[in-house]
Amino acid sequence: MKVEQISIFLENKPGALEHVTRILKDSNINIRTLSLADTSDFGILRLIVNDVEKASRILKENGFTVNRTNVVAVEVPDRPGGLHSILEVLSKANINVEYLYAFVEKSGLNAVIIFRFDDTETAIDVLLKNSLSVLPGEKLYNF
Amino acid sequence: MIFDEEFETLPREALEALQLKRLQQTVQRVYHTVGFYRRSFNDADVTPDDIRTLGDLRRLPFTTKQDLRDNYPFGLFAVPMSSVVRLHASSGTTGRATVVGYTKRDIEIWSDLMARCFVAAGLTKNDIIHNAYGYGLFTGGLGAHYGAEKLGASVIPISGGNTKRQIMILQDFGPSAICCTPSYALNIAEQGQAMGIDMRSLKLRVGIFGAEPWSEEMRVQIEAALNIQALNIYGLSEVMGPGVAMECLEGREGMHIFEDFFIAEIIDPDTGAPMPHGAKGELVFTTLSKEAFPLIRYRTRDITSLIPAPCRCGRTLIRMDRVTGRSDDMLIIRGVNVFPSQIEAVLVGIEGLEPHYQIIVDRVNNLDTLEVQVEVNEKIFGGGDVIRVLQNTEKRIVKDIKDYLGVSAKVKLVEPKTLQRFEGKASRVIDKRHI
Repeated sequence: MKVEQISIFLENKPGALEHVTRILKDSNINIRTLSLADTSDFGILRLIVNDVEKASRILKENGFTVNRTNVVAVEVPDRPGGLHSILEVLSKANINVEYLYAFVEKSGLNAVIIFRFDDTETAIDVLLKNSLSVLPGEKLYNF
Repeated sequence: MIFDEEFETLPREALEALQLKRLQQTVQRVYHTVGFYRRSFNDADVTPDDIRTLGDLRRLPFTTKQDLRDNYPFGLFAVPMSSVVRLHASSGTTGRATVVGYTKRDIEIWSDLMARCFVAAGLTKNDIIHNAYGYGLFTGGLGAHYGAEKLGASVIPISGGNTKRQIMILQDFGPSAICCTPSYALNIAEQGQAMGIDMRSLKLRVGIFGAEPWSEEMRVQIEAALNIQALNIYGLSEVMGPGVAMECLEGREGMHIFEDFFIAEIIDPDTGAPMPHGAKGELVFTTLSKEAFPLIRYRTRDITSLIPAPCRCGRTLIRMDRVTGRSDDMLIIRGVNVFPSQIEAVLVGIEGLEPHYQIIVDRVNNLDTLEVQVEVNEKIFGGGDVIRVLQNTEKRIVKDIKDYLGVSAKVKLVEPKTLQRFEGKASRVIDKRHI
């Protein structure tokens, strides 16, 4: 039920991001979704790609500091209240969200929200118990 | 004006005879009371009785900063702790700090020498002295303080920091003299101007600046900014503290070394051979009266030259030129001595960090800045990919540098392999300041 996300440390300077995207393009890696968290000096680029193994290997070979993290993908109808329904459940169970980001599926019917939790196992448990749709990585990597 | 007419204007012959007598006494004493000196003299095949002329000083072995570190904390003390009334130390992690001690008489003499400095700057007991050198383990604050009290002047023990309050005191108390680092003086002037205060119309007449190297250009800047005479003072805690040498108001060209208490030599830093007067080399000091922490031929790592020409002030004491550089990698940042190896030690002490770093020193608005760039690696990043973890790492480095070195640094994490790799000894410092 887990999704593997790649996070990359980047200095906050021109060309840093482009360097990453060029490498991914040259290796034919497709980014499903991404999020960029920044401070004044550095940023963390988080990616869901179609080939986690290949992408992290190629990036490491090119000198990047790469981490692989387990995140959780939840599918909800793309309607007002979609995100809220998930957060309500988590809040009631006292589960903390470290960060999240989202994208809309090609079909246009649903949105997918990527969550990072402190305690991934418990979070997945709670989400499933509340009949929320948790997507496994395989469903996301190749669409 | 001269505090101690007799000794500051001794004819050279009498001065040298006095130096020889005191040197012989010092050499005898250290040989018999400090194991380190007995061993190093024996290794150099020299005994105290071999010192019959001042030229024989060259037969004695040098003492280095490493020797002081190796004997941390009290290994080089020549008296029992019961006779030591004060301890001072330079910054550094345990085992790297240099510790010095003083007997009551050492403090008396230090106070006298600092009083000489204040009088050379034209000050009397009627003056108010604003002492912004740091009070604490650093010798600057208390050194200047005791000298000012010895002179009988009214000393304001304000120490460093809190510039707004310093400016308020300068206006309200109206001191005639200020003691601080030259860059801090410019910083005070700048902040005061920014507050709308005419910094040239304070009661200040003279400034006694040291603890870091500064240029003639900077002197002109300070004198213009504060409408004062800006004089240079020199010292180092190993030898005593501030007050080893002082510029005189009349001459303003080189600092008179108090040769009745210190013998100065200039050596070639690579070979150790003596250099003639006027030639630039490494400054070496031998103390002539210190009881608790005597020092034989201590290599200061400061590069300068000696000026033997007579000075119009009447003092017969030789002068040393401005210090222009170091023969080691030590940095002086806001008056604090920092060795790159100390920063490396801090980084190595933090789990997960590899010591791939770069130190960038600059001066912004007349205040020294220190930035340490450290490469990220999988281990640090792997501790969790949230921003918080990385920021905590940065904060931890900042805190450790502050705690161990006493200096505030900005820390920046950078991508791996982006910092230069060097063959052999890495020069990890980029110093953008133009002193």
